[in-house]
Amino acid sequence: MPKPFNPIEEAERQLTICNSCRYCEGYCAVFPALERLTHVTEGNTIFLANLCHDCRACHQACMFTLPHEFAINLPAALSEVRVTTYSTYAWPRAFAALARRAGVSTLGFVLAGLLLALMTVAATGGLARFFDTGGDPGSFYRVIPYLVLAVSGLAASAYIVLVMVLGSIRFWREAGGTKREALDLGAWIAAMGDVAIMANLRGGGDNCYQPDPRRASPARRLLHQAVVYGFILAFISTGLAALFQDILGEQPPFPWLSAPVVTGALGGVMMTVGCTGLLWLKLRSVAKARDLISGSMLSMDTAFIVVLDAAAITGLLTLLLRDTGALATMLTIHLATLVALYATAPYGKFVHVVYRFGALLKNRAEQRAELNP
Amino acid sequence: MSTHYDSTGSSKRYVTSSTSLAIQPLGPNLRCFASTRLGLIDVLVIGGGNAALCAAMAAADQGARVTLIERAPPPERGGNSKYTRNIRIAHGPEAEMPGVYEPEELLDDLVSVSGTEIDVELANLAVQESASVMKWMADHGARWQPAFKGTLQLDRTNRFFLGGGKALLNKYYAEAVRLGVEIRYGECVESIEPTAAGPVVATVSTESGTTTHAATAIVVASGGFESNKEWLGRYWGDAVQNFIIRGTRFNDGKVLANLLDQGALECGNPRSFHAVACDARSPSHDGGIVTRVDSIPFGIVVNREGLRFADEGKDIWPKRYATWGQLIAEQPGQVAYAIHDQSAIGRFIPSVYPPISAPSVDELAALLGLDREHLASTIQSYNRSIPKASNRDFSRLDGLGTRGLEPPKSNWAVPLATPPFFAYPLRPGVTFTYLGLAVDSSGRVLRTDGSRFPSLFAAGEVMAGNILRKGYLAGFGMTIGTVFGRLAGKEAARHAKAV
Repeated sequence: MPKPFNPIEEAERQLTICNSCRYCEGYCAVFPALERLTHVTEGNTIFLANLCHDCRACHQACMFTLPHEFAINLPAALSEVRVTTYSTYAWPRAFAALARRAGVSTLGFVLAGLLLALMTVAATGGLARFFDTGGDPGSFYRVIPYLVLAVSGLAASAYIVLVMVLGSIRFWREAGGTKREALDLGAWIAAMGDVAIMANLRGGGDNCYQPDPRRASPARRLLHQAVVYGFILAFISTGLAALFQDILGEQPPFPWLSAPVVTGALGGVMMTVGCTGLLWLKLRSVAKARDLISGSMLSMDTAFIVVLDAAAITGLLTLLLRDTGALATMLTIHLATLVALYATAPYGKFVHVVYRFGALLKNRAEQRAELNP
Repeated sequence: MSTHYDSTGSSKRYVTSSTSLAIQPLGPNLRCFASTRLGLIDVLVIGGGNAALCAAMAAADQGARVTLIERAPPPERGGNSKYTRNIRIAHGPEAEMPGVYEPEELLDDLVSVSGTEIDVELANLAVQESASVMKWMADHGARWQPAFKGTLQLDRTNRFFLGGGKALLNKYYAEAVRLGVEIRYGECVESIEPTAAGPVVATVSTESGTTTHAATAIVVASGGFESNKEWLGRYWGDAVQNFIIRGTRFNDGKVLANLLDQGALECGNPRSFHAVACDARSPSHDGGIVTRVDSIPFGIVVNREGLRFADEGKDIWPKRYATWGQLIAEQPGQVAYAIHDQSAIGRFIPSVYPPISAPSVDELAALLGLDREHLASTIQSYNRSIPKASNRDFSRLDGLGTRGLEPPKSNWAVPLATPPFFAYPLRPGVTFTYLGLAVDSSGRVLRTDGSRFPSLFAAGEVMAGNILRKGYLAGFGMTIGTVFGRLAGKEAARHAKAV
């Protein structure tokens, strides 16, 4: 009987070939990091797979892709290892299966979220408000009480952070990260710089080969950055709203030109543009080269982008329609998308944030150690 | 480009199908390219590697109507150029490369490997023109990167392609298409009729049968014949069955042979080829860079009798890289074994295949199928000939060689004493052949009778023997391909314009 397919062994096989070739070292951090090794272990493979930003520049440059017998396909092999990372480091492990079937589970969560939001609204007497015209102070909270919103939101966030911290510790250990590397402040700063400009999605000056595997384009990097910075703005907006309300005692809805609304609206627009663009790019990318991505990763990517996009769009609509009778309906739908987003975050693509950052941090720490042993 | 064609009026454009030559009557007052009058291809480029693409782009830059025939299907396009990674370039201090590399120094480097029996005029042309190719390449899509780790000694003389040769070729193909070059994959040129007074005609075979392409000029950039074992066998006999071809399986020299049969003048030694030490477990062809074994200076090499046969410490990289293929080809069975101990681990770029390892020399000999006593005594006499411990420096010729050993290991003589012992089986890995078509300084192919084919040009490996008679100069094949590809493309376009 043939051995069952092991994604880590397959990636190790390919990386060993890459390490005796080294032509791709100008594209990103993965190849110089590989060259620091003389033998590729399971931990190294997990580290390198999570360092990979899937720009696919290496794939178009590779002379050992099919039909060559070496059958190099790093984008697919490394995305398969990332799926393994996301699912095996999920806590509790029983939920790990969710990560592998992200498309189905996310859809389930959206529906469950809708039901949960409706039940909450109904239980707190908000259903009667569904055709209110709103717009006056406190109108949001007549649909769903503030306390319910705040407590459940904070509890869910704390849970997500917990799961991701546990996952990142396991990742760090398995990837061979040391305490010294974890505490290297300079590496933290450098890794954050890598994130800020997505240094590893620039293809060494050649950009990303998605969606077209034959043509480099900055689109994926720019769209991803729109999402990242939009997400940060939305986060800031939430913080500012809490500040306005709980410290300054102002009740939402806040004026159009207030800080929470401006940052939130801008963040929402950036996330909407970014997510919609990334979704378009993902579909095109798959249409052009289905063989370059693991099926589970594709499912995870798409599910996460769709839910995030839905959260951003419904958030914007809630804002736009806040003075109309559609407020309660819109807010309920928005809350449903948030439930789905929060529920899938620790078991879906969202977790790439911690593993990618962990890999970038380790890479920078290794680089610094190489320069100053 | 369109201005050339349209200046005569769009009603005067004649088109031919790819299978037949429907020559239309000449229109009045027509100038410019013959294709406008005859419905021909101006320049037909045969080949799909660096020289071919440079020729096609250079011809298209002149406004010519260009068709390029690449024998390989798209995933395997790019000839041996896809296995390269840098180009040797003469430059002054202004270049984005460290220091200065004067044309004179490049010529000296060439002569030091190739000897003085080269076509000096063509060698000078390659060297002088190399100074201008960097900008031309970048204008046609090339991207650069710093010298590869472990190849830093080349960063002054060689410019590295971002992602290597295949990435460069991908940029070139995209640019060629943008310039209007028609690219035909999977067509194999069976023969060329280069002497006819009118257009030159190439007969090609495709999956669906045989067809012809007529063109005003043809540029042959179809590489050498190194993947043709029957041809190599004429000089090397059955030994070729033990050769590994590092490059493309498509370089069988069909066009080269066809032209030599028709009176083209040959250059370069037909018998010689460039080869490196390759892992014996490599694929029969297309192993590229990853199958070379780079460990030789860190141990010893024995043949199948278990005996050493050459100085493993003679040359520093990359020079040593070039000698071992030929040395192994001359051994019985064309096989050898690089033998190491624990101390060599981590000192060289890991091979794509794991070493064969064993806890003792006896067991290693058994695994390799070598005579145990021979191997043990070879290692023993080698170890005995090493002077007492000193600090080896593998980054330079350290002069710390064996004493009284024949053949000596003149540098880096480290004892083989610490288990585990390990070995790489080696075979000659053929990179390229030297036999080619003699050309003049316009890139036109010369004939044995002293004349030249008026409409036939050559570029790249198929004519590199004019300049590189023997030996190997890292990145210089790409210099020849780029300089002569560009030249031949330009001259072919001019020829097409003038006819």
